[in-house]
Amino acid sequence: MQDFSSSFTLAANLIWSAKPELLEIITLSLQVTLSAVVIACLIGFPIGALLAVAQFRGRTALTLLFNTLMGLPPVVVGLLVYMMLSNAGPLGFLQLLYTPVAMIIAQALLVTPIIIALTRQVIEDLYQEYAEQFHSLVVPRRTAVMALLWDARYGLITTALAGFGRAIAEVGAVIVVGGNIAHVTRVMTTAIALETSKGELALALALGFVLLFIAMTINASVFLLRASAARMSYV
Amino acid sequence: MSKRQPTVVPLRKGQTGRPDRGNPLLPLKTTDLCFDINGKRIIDQVDLAITSDGISVILGPNGAGKSVLLRLLHGLLKPARGEVLWRGRHIDDTLRKRQALVFQRPVLMRRSVADNIRFAIALRSFPDAKHRLDRALELAGLTSQAYQPARALSGGEQQRLAIARALAIDPDVLILDEPSSNLDPGATLAIEQLIETARVEGKKVILVTHDLNQAKRIADEIIFIHHGRIIEQTPSPLFFNNPTSNHGRSYLDGGLLV
Repeated sequence: MQDFSSSFTLAANLIWSAKPELLEIITLSLQVTLSAVVIACLIGFPIGALLAVAQFRGRTALTLLFNTLMGLPPVVVGLLVYMMLSNAGPLGFLQLLYTPVAMIIAQALLVTPIIIALTRQVIEDLYQEYAEQFHSLVVPRRTAVMALLWDARYGLITTALAGFGRAIAEVGAVIVVGGNIAHVTRVMTTAIALETSKGELALALALGFVLLFIAMTINASVFLLRASAARMSYV
Repeated sequence: MSKRQPTVVPLRKGQTGRPDRGNPLLPLKTTDLCFDINGKRIIDQVDLAITSDGISVILGPNGAGKSVLLRLLHGLLKPARGEVLWRGRHIDDTLRKRQALVFQRPVLMRRSVADNIRFAIALRSFPDAKHRLDRALELAGLTSQAYQPARALSGGEQQRLAIARALAIDPDVLILDEPSSNLDPGATLAIEQLIETARVEGKKVILVTHDLNQAKRIADEIIFIHHGRIIEQTPSPLFFNNPTSNHGRSYLDGGLLV
């Protein structure tokens, strides 16, 4: 086991020298998470907007459900996706288990309720402001939803970044469905877990720093975005 | 940056751009119109008939029910009792498309000035969309600010934009809820010029205000309302020279109506 100070030095060297092993893990992490977030946004934005605008029986129950699913334990999602994709499962024939695609599915399932719930809130707030004007102008439902999604774009980007933050830092689901296979499904969080369990703290720390840097970048982006939107009175 | 003031074709008070044709949505009639909020009657058995072109001003103290009455006329609220008929028809989406309502606090979208107008124009699929946009910007005196965020405009500019956007969809009836409350005299003048333009174009204007001087300046007809009831409905000069109700007289004299 390395001591702490030498672990920090080694971690800094790893990052500074941009080791291919490190870059491969970071690249796969970003690919998996970005794909999952894009899928979650494509599903979550329209559903969230419809939940905010439409009046139908069961709307409150659906809203409660998605709010509850925001706190879905990642390992439970991993387990469900594992059962679906394993050879004995209904989608076993696709042979997706222990592939990055399985990890994308798991992360998308984890993030979609977050995107839906946050989108609903953002759009509902804006709709309260626009509702009477839309009613007066006789804006068709579809046009209204599209207009709300566009006008709430800054809030929705923040929502997407929140989903990205949740997905990139997640370990439970991707380790179950991905298996943490070197050069295939090893991402930052699973690598950190593995290296820490082996007592190899340098790589774990290096990846931890990268994760922290990504988290900081996300927060800074959200901050700058909101400031820029506020300057233009768009929030 | 220079800001252009809206332009208006001068017209004698009471004269409209299409006196012969008349307004296709008039007469407006309400019968026994009632509206309650939390068990409290806000609009009480209102029988109203607006038959002529020009500007009808709904006047009354704060809390009289003026804004609620406007929303009932435009169909944004459903009455507890009674009915609203525009040329014999209940208000629906088809009729509402031929009207435009501008709110006291203008609802502007989180877009540029031009995109706010474009959105409204696109809803009606006008073939001359570009011309309509240019005209609306010119009317509002906002051509040079077309690509600025609408919500970053001053209060007066926002209200001008909201009225120009309403006029861009060529409504037969323009409904305005306290369009110049809290605005300075210059901004109020610009708003009143826009309203005059609407009248010139033959639009029926129904406007709510509690500003006696504004009502005096622009109204052809006064509908005086108090506690959700219509106290009197008379031509403007008659109301200001010789109101028939005690409430109307007291309001003109600056008395406190409770």
